[in-house]
Amino acid sequence: MSALALAAGVAVAALTLYAVFGGADFGGGVWDLLASGPRRARQRDAITNAIGPVWEANHVWLIFAWVALFTCFPPAYADVCTYLNAPLTLALLGIVLRGAAFVFRNYTSDNAMLARTWSVVFGAASLIAPFFLGDTIGALATGRYAWTSPFALAVGLFNVTLCAQVAAVFLIAEARDSALRDDFRRSAISATAAVWIVGLVPVLLAREAEPRLFAALLGPTARTAIVLAVLLGLAVMLMVALRNARGARIAVAAEVVAVLAGWFGAQAPELVPGRWTLASAAAPPATLAAFLVAVAGGAVVLVPSLIYLFAVFKIRARG
Amino acid sequence: MDQVLAARAQMGTSLAFHIVFAALGVGLPLLVFVAEGLWLRTKRRAYYDLARTWAKGMAILFAVGAISGTVLAFELGLLWPVFMRYAGGIIGLPFSLEGFAFFVEAIFIGIYLYGWDRLSPRAHWLSALPIIVSGAISAAFVTLANAWMNMPAGFRLDHGKVVDVDPVAAMFSAPWLVEDLHATLAAYVMTGFGAAAVCAFALLRGQAQDRVEQVRAGLTIAMVVATVAIPLQWIVGDVIARFDAQQEPAKFAALEAVWTTQRHAPITIGGIVGDGQTRYGIEIPSALSLLVAFDPNAEVRGLDRVARDDRPPVALVHYSFDTMVGSASLLLLIALAWSIVVLRKRALGRRLVAGIALSGPLALIALEAGWFVTEFGRQPWIAHGLLRTSDAVTSAPGIAVQFYGFSALYVILAATCWWLLRRVGTAPRAAERQPFVPESLP
Repeated sequence: MSALALAAGVAVAALTLYAVFGGADFGGGVWDLLASGPRRARQRDAITNAIGPVWEANHVWLIFAWVALFTCFPPAYADVCTYLNAPLTLALLGIVLRGAAFVFRNYTSDNAMLARTWSVVFGAASLIAPFFLGDTIGALATGRYAWTSPFALAVGLFNVTLCAQVAAVFLIAEARDSALRDDFRRSAISATAAVWIVGLVPVLLAREAEPRLFAALLGPTARTAIVLAVLLGLAVMLMVALRNARGARIAVAAEVVAVLAGWFGAQAPELVPGRWTLASAAAPPATLAAFLVAVAGGAVVLVPSLIYLFAVFKIRARG
Repeated sequence: MDQVLAARAQMGTSLAFHIVFAALGVGLPLLVFVAEGLWLRTKRRAYYDLARTWAKGMAILFAVGAISGTVLAFELGLLWPVFMRYAGGIIGLPFSLEGFAFFVEAIFIGIYLYGWDRLSPRAHWLSALPIIVSGAISAAFVTLANAWMNMPAGFRLDHGKVVDVDPVAAMFSAPWLVEDLHATLAAYVMTGFGAAAVCAFALLRGQAQDRVEQVRAGLTIAMVVATVAIPLQWIVGDVIARFDAQQEPAKFAALEAVWTTQRHAPITIGGIVGDGQTRYGIEIPSALSLLVAFDPNAEVRGLDRVARDDRPPVALVHYSFDTMVGSASLLLLIALAWSIVVLRKRALGRRLVAGIALSGPLALIALEAGWFVTEFGRQPWIAHGLLRTSDAVTSAPGIAVQFYGFSALYVILAATCWWLLRRVGTAPRAAERQPFVPESLP
């Protein structure tokens, strides 16, 4: 495999991991905003406990994908930053507010008004960030950087729904008692249905307004990935219904991977359709080689650390 | 607002905001580690309370540091896409490595902050070590990119195109070591004096009996760190002065406000920097020549050797430099006074405690002023000799609006942080941790 393909693979992997884990954290914020019913305080507690130890680490996947993009594909990166300046800045605003509000509200828990205010900011920011990240990706896919196009906006909305789905599924296993677990199971079922409905919108809009993109979505890789994503959504529903939290987690993570594979499949080997391919935007070979060596070396430190983190908080804790 | 000015204002504000959190994020884990270690060793409650209090502060500061660092990572491209098109492939390596270091830092911050009841006391204490190491390393990697901007290396220009890229050579451009040492020490200077100042302030205001021991212990630990770091910082600063005189003459001439190339050059403190001369400053005859070459007769290159269009904003750089050195001088005096009192086993007098309380703001001023020196001193270049700042800016609209918006956001974040940290410092003591029961784990 060429260094170029490997470097692109690293960027894609980082983005995918961010979509799953970072997405779950944003989705947690969405459910925090939507928390209702007699157990809403406990729902929020479960969300806080689930996100608390891991959100900062999960967030680094985005930084990493971002750095991989500017290191390995600098001219495409420069273009994307210029033409998609607005949605990226709005996503950044959401990311900043989400992180700050999450910490601030945790340390103001004894002051109801402040805690409430920062909670609302936390929830709203958890909508803004994934919406504009999704919008950015939609705009990229149009090849026109059309971030205000209905298609791009629909992708933004779809991304928010997807985050909410992943979070609901992940939260089932975080809940301490069965009533709370059932709350999140219901959320997971409705979110999966929402993902299907909202996911249909960009496809229909692409058929109307983005003929080239629509043709690419019907290509073999993208088509397979989309069908797979729908099937995996069914698997999520099934696992949730069967109270198999672990199976549901795996299914929903695989579904996100399939969704992203649909996007990559429709677009590869183009980075920005019609403007940049992986090859035309590639950094010099020496840079790609150094980047890959750095990734290999970094992984030696990173992987055991990550496993330790999740072992302490996500496996051991549950017992 | 003009596009370049708006982008520079936006980047500069983001950096000035982030650098405080970054420095404390590097330094605080060390303080927490020492405090918890002392608790494990002595089982004294005060050390436990101290570690818990500092850890809470660390949680807030690290989170804001992580997100403000994200802003900077984004703004590299959002504000300076032309620069990144040139430089991304050359200096991406330290940023990639920094990504891993930051990753490890974020992972162990999570483990440390949320692991008090999940890990054995010893494992919990040790989980601070990777934060200390990776925090310092990640700051060092980012500083490598800044060193490259000061003296770009690891490539060749062929008719305006970047060729023969060597990312490893780019990572270790000439100033890498001195800049890294200076930036890392700055983090410990800032954290040491900053934390000591908070404790000193608490003592001045008077504390409940059960808290005095904790506050005194905090002051001692923090002052030890500061007292080790500040003289080292002076030594490194002195080395950098000679390095700059040789390698970055434009920046050096600006920071010392030397207009005319001369022998027996004086050190000029303060003064009114006009166009072509600096008046009414305090001059120490021949001192600058002595400083750069240990020879009063040595020639010091002045701004007359730098083309007018290539000169940094002299007044700004000179005043920032004097502010940095002035603050650092006071810090050195405070550290010295404290050491003498402690070594003679005397009690801390109220005036010394007041001085230590003042050292926090002074360290902050020194940190910001030092950053101003290196950033304004590099102007008008974004990458010295390679690309001008004005040529690197984005063509995207709305940058001025972003600047106002983010500035307002920073004010809110800073105010909230300040308020929260004050509450953390005065919150009632938490119960000491329960004995660790390994059987509770599967």
